[in-house]
Amino acid sequence: MKPFTYERAKTPAEAAAAVARQPGAKFLAGGTNLLDLMKLEIETPRHLVDVQDLKLDRIEPTTDGGLRIGALVTNTALAADTRVRRDYGVLTRAIVAGASGQLRNKATTAGNLLQRTRCPYFYDPNMPCNKRKPGSGCAAIGGYSRQLAVIGSSDQCIATYPGDMAVAMRVLDATVETVKADGTTRAIPIADFHRLPGDKPHLDNNLEAGELITAVTLPRPLGGTHHYEKVRDRASYAFALVSVAAVIQKDGSGRVAFGGVAHKPWRVEAADAVMTQGAAAVTAKAFANARPTEDNAFKIPLATRALAATIAEGKSA
Amino acid sequence: MMSEMEMSRRGVLAGSAAAAALAAARQVEAQPVKAAAPATMPVSLTVNGKRRDLTLDTRTTLLDALREHLKLTGTKKGCDHGQCGACTVIVNGERINSCLSLAVQHQGDEVKTIEGLGTPDKLHPMQAAFVRHDGYQCGYCTPGQICSAVAVLDEIKRGVPSHVQADLSARPQPTNIEMRERMSGNICRCGAYSNIAEAMAEVAGAKG
Repeated sequence: MKPFTYERAKTPAEAAAAVARQPGAKFLAGGTNLLDLMKLEIETPRHLVDVQDLKLDRIEPTTDGGLRIGALVTNTALAADTRVRRDYGVLTRAIVAGASGQLRNKATTAGNLLQRTRCPYFYDPNMPCNKRKPGSGCAAIGGYSRQLAVIGSSDQCIATYPGDMAVAMRVLDATVETVKADGTTRAIPIADFHRLPGDKPHLDNNLEAGELITAVTLPRPLGGTHHYEKVRDRASYAFALVSVAAVIQKDGSGRVAFGGVAHKPWRVEAADAVMTQGAAAVTAKAFANARPTEDNAFKIPLATRALAATIAEGKSA
Repeated sequence: MMSEMEMSRRGVLAGSAAAAALAAARQVEAQPVKAAAPATMPVSLTVNGKRRDLTLDTRTTLLDALREHLKLTGTKKGCDHGQCGACTVIVNGERINSCLSLAVQHQGDEVKTIEGLGTPDKLHPMQAAFVRHDGYQCGYCTPGQICSAVAVLDEIKRGVPSHVQADLSARPQPTNIEMRERMSGNICRCGAYSNIAEAMAEVAGAKG
């Protein structure tokens, strides 16, 4: 690990200013992903601003009937919250489908949104990777791509966003609240938070340098039944090959987002619109412009089957 | 013998990249760049009920602080990347991977390691149950398994939900399937899993 200096910020604005001021500085929350990458020298911050004292660890109701989740609420605390379990079950289901108990105790809401890809070529410093080292090439294209993106990818990157929580937040139309170094705040719809790789795959999201996530807000509850179907190589503690986050209403209408298939949680509104026509109709729309590799083309029929299972579960609920 | 790949790499390097690399190398020779000096910081934390004051390189993980600085070698380093669970300790009442946490993040925290759970003369009930049920073979993952197991039963008691729970509004029960799901962050190369789940069931007071 490269040497770094360390400080603890007292307020969100102070933390944002501290990161913006110092070249090579990064925020540190739970650290479960950042430290892993620092050990491999994929991340090499020269200064860490620890945000654990910012008191962003509460879940509070919003005035319009939703919930505001502080950036530092742990995965465990968020999944266990009685309001989340009752009104946003898809979120609890997604969180407990991810990582291990130990990791969920430390991983935070904001940190989880910023989790970096698990593409094996991103993790191997001996391989070219446009995300890790812009301009070096992409070893995943033409390499082992079974886990990687089938849609929204570019000629420079076929990495996926690996998380589960954000897929549920996408289906719930959550909003990411931030503060910038100059103290101004903004609210980013989750749909616009993560980026597609395009020709800048080193950028995972649309945050500016030094911009700090302070909370994620959920709109008022959608009702319906809540589902998170995750298909993976083992029954627990593995990243998704395909995951389906869905909220289904009594009349069969609903919304769905897919994980494990793209550089961001994948939701297509035109696909939501045909939910009553069944899984095949939905995935035909959701994956209309898919560009799978030979290794990962199986993900598209798998997404259809996972969604069919989800719809069947909704009917029997 | 050069492999085909190495030869083609050399071919590529013969171009402008090689010239740039040589120029950079000469510059380094003329003006050696000093690596940044490691930063150190004071850290105070309570480990197994005892306050400990350390001065550590900021890069020191909680795991290395415990093992290398406090000589509490019960906690094990397996993968050092949060994948195996051998480093599991209980911090402020919750289990975490001590390898994925910097010691400086734990200023003022209460850390419990396997040494703080029980002693050879006075085993923690979970340690005794692991012995009775043969919950290990080589023993390397065992301290992490036991710390995790103790915390899992507490999580079930506190109603923390899990992936295998059918009804999210119901209280989780200490069933075999719950133990298996909740322990998935602890890998046992010897494959003592079924005995570990039995040891946990006994401590939880579950039947069968």
